[in-house]
Amino acid sequence: MVTGWPNMSNPADDTFFFILGISLTLLALNTGVMIYFVFRYSRKRHPKAEEVGENTLLEIIWTVIPTLLVLAMFYVGWKGFVYMRTAPPDAMVIHVTARQWSWTFDYANGKETNVLKVPVRKPIKLLITSADVLHSLFIPAYHIKEDAVPGRETHLWFLPDQLGSYDLFCTEYCGVGHSSMITKVDVVPQKEFDDWYAGKKEEAAGTEEKPGSKKRAGKHEAGQSAREGAELFQTKGCTACHTADGTPKIGPTFKGVFGKKETVIHNGQERQITVDEAFIKQTLLHPEIDRVKGFPPIMPSQQGQLTDKEIEELIEYIKELK
Amino acid sequence: MEASFYHAKTRYPGIFGWIFTTDHKRVGLLYLFSSLSFFAVGVSLGLTMRLELIRSGMHFYSAQTYNAIFTLHGVIMIFLFIIPGIPSSLGNFIMPLQIGARDVAFPKINILSWWLFIMGGAIAVTSLFTGGGPPDTGWTFYVPYSIRTGTNISLAVFGVFLIGLSSTLTGMNFLTTIHRLRAPGMTWKRMTLFTWSIYATSWIQLLATPVLAITLLLLIIERNFGVGFFDPAKGGDPILFEHMFWIYSHPAVYIMILPAMGTVTDIIPVFTRRNIFGYSFIAASSLAIAFVGYLVWGHHMFTSGMSDTARIIFSLLTFIVAVPSGVKVFNWIASLYKGSIRMNAPLLYTLAFIFLFSIGGLTGLVQGALATAVHVHGTYFVVGHFHYVMFGGAGFGFFAGLHYWFPKITGKLYEEHLAKLACFFLFIGFNMLYFSMFVLGWEGMPRRYYDYLPKFNGPNLVATIGSWILAMGLIIMFYNLVHSLFAGNEAGDNPWEAASLEWQTTSPPPVENFAVQPVVTKGPYEFR
Repeated sequence: MVTGWPNMSNPADDTFFFILGISLTLLALNTGVMIYFVFRYSRKRHPKAEEVGENTLLEIIWTVIPTLLVLAMFYVGWKGFVYMRTAPPDAMVIHVTARQWSWTFDYANGKETNVLKVPVRKPIKLLITSADVLHSLFIPAYHIKEDAVPGRETHLWFLPDQLGSYDLFCTEYCGVGHSSMITKVDVVPQKEFDDWYAGKKEEAAGTEEKPGSKKRAGKHEAGQSAREGAELFQTKGCTACHTADGTPKIGPTFKGVFGKKETVIHNGQERQITVDEAFIKQTLLHPEIDRVKGFPPIMPSQQGQLTDKEIEELIEYIKELK
Repeated sequence: MEASFYHAKTRYPGIFGWIFTTDHKRVGLLYLFSSLSFFAVGVSLGLTMRLELIRSGMHFYSAQTYNAIFTLHGVIMIFLFIIPGIPSSLGNFIMPLQIGARDVAFPKINILSWWLFIMGGAIAVTSLFTGGGPPDTGWTFYVPYSIRTGTNISLAVFGVFLIGLSSTLTGMNFLTTIHRLRAPGMTWKRMTLFTWSIYATSWIQLLATPVLAITLLLLIIERNFGVGFFDPAKGGDPILFEHMFWIYSHPAVYIMILPAMGTVTDIIPVFTRRNIFGYSFIAASSLAIAFVGYLVWGHHMFTSGMSDTARIIFSLLTFIVAVPSGVKVFNWIASLYKGSIRMNAPLLYTLAFIFLFSIGGLTGLVQGALATAVHVHGTYFVVGHFHYVMFGGAGFGFFAGLHYWFPKITGKLYEEHLAKLACFFLFIGFNMLYFSMFVLGWEGMPRRYYDYLPKFNGPNLVATIGSWILAMGLIIMFYNLVHSLFAGNEAGDNPWEAASLEWQTTSPPPVENFAVQPVVTKGPYEFR
């Protein structure tokens, strides 16, 4: 079990209140003395100014004491930081990939979600990377944060000490969907986690309420592929910009899009196309070629993010959204 | 008596007498007018952002527009207002007067600097209407986003490059001026502390700005020729960009705040009628800040993925740089002791500066400590902190200086009651606007968010209302200054009975500043 701070947010809290205490004292003293002088030595009460002269001893005192205070603050912050950066050896490792504008969490047994589901009172270590630009993984409840850097793996850990659902934000500006790149940390009892982890579940965590998941119960021939596609729609972050219910978001909705005639911008020129398998595949891999008119040119390429099979599954899913 | 520089015959008539001037006072006013115009634009953009953020889920324009607006707000406020604000406008006008010089060392380079500044500004503005649309990266231009976005980054970055060049030239010019052109008897220890702060600032401008120039050039090359300096997809390293960017941009923070510190240091003795307390310690602390300020850039990268050892060392150095700022605050307050205090507007703005800057500095300690930095980094806490330092500090210092030197620059007096009323509105609005951000940040609201969760509603509403009160204060302040320009009472040469050299000539001064070469026999704050 973890020793030291019982709760992950405590090193930050302790340091904060230590610095806040000293800072408020200094601020109150400074401001108090300043206001006192302003009234005591106003021209009315003190018509003739007196020269005071320099005082080297005083200068040394108010250089040395603040230096000692800030060194103490540095030390407290350092100690807390070392704790916050050193994951216990028994921590459960989860890989995180950030992309514009979603999170993917990969568990050791190959399970993949877009909501971070963890068992209570078990230390969790996150290994973080990015598929495109800089992002930053921030869980305010645990006072932790680390950037997601493409081509590099960063890390952090936390101890989810209470059941509940907590916000997970992106705090490194990453483009138009930055403020909607939000997901949850679901802290569940060990038993519930184990069942879910072993695959005994109806739904992947966090996808219950989202539109589109209802479509997964398709029963016909392509049903299996479409079900996989619906899962991908959630986990690959499409939902940041696209919906399955007919309302356009940052990008066009997927509902009824298959077979539709669309006006697209091609090299600055408008032209007409029909949305078919080839067009969807091209847009996934080379979104810059044709962009649906009226939407910003910000679709990130999924080259290297999706396998051919996954692309087919997504197409099957989109076909079903009539 | 000689005619003031406004009325003296110039080489070219009318407006060209300004654009092609080599008089440091005219150059200073060109800078003042242009940077205040940019300030007005920056304020409008800021108000537009606060309006969008008034309530969760409430939208007045799109996310892409919001991203362009916060980028522009940052670029304009930093590169076009605060950095040239005090050093290039007030510094240009006042510093040569304070050392008893007839002009700066290189008057033609001085006007060249302003041309570059205006060209850079114009190019940055052009980038909004051409190419792929207004830049949307934030003023930090972080890669790989700035390389991949389709917006007009290259042109905007080139504009900033020119502005940087202008800043470097100004630094070089001022350094030479202070070293070579002091009047007889103007020893280093008889210089005003404003001139000392300009001196320290100029070293930073000269030595740090070229790093920005190189970084921005590399970014342009990478965007246009696909050379992989920073983008990992091409074999580059995005953290390298962060290092190079902050090696300039952290010292740049001191380019912004040091001249404001110098301004209030000049104001305090004049309105307390006694010598400044700890002259040499204040001068030395400016140099210490300028020097140690180079070594702390890593605290902008505490969660960047940089090694933990580097983070610890940068944290230690960051705490060290806090000490000289504290020393200044203690000396300012001690300078009130046993004075005979006249509470005119410049001193009122100065006291507001001391209070707001103290909060800015102390909240900086929270971000310098590693354990807390990990939590508050990239949140509204940081936004609150740097507005307290940059606006509460550099901004209020600038306003204090604007009122203090207004009679010297214009020959007129501003209206005292209106100036104080404006200060009151500014102070109230400022604290509502930016203190709310500390609360939001500690609760975990990330910065650069177009929309936020409903739980952050309360403080955001307070902040937006504060922004309107702050704007009212600005309107009253500038109305007063502009109105007094035409309708103000005659100020006389030295309305504050100050002892420093700029007040010993006429207001406004003649073309080459002094009718006869001044000879200095005492310090700048000796009133007896």
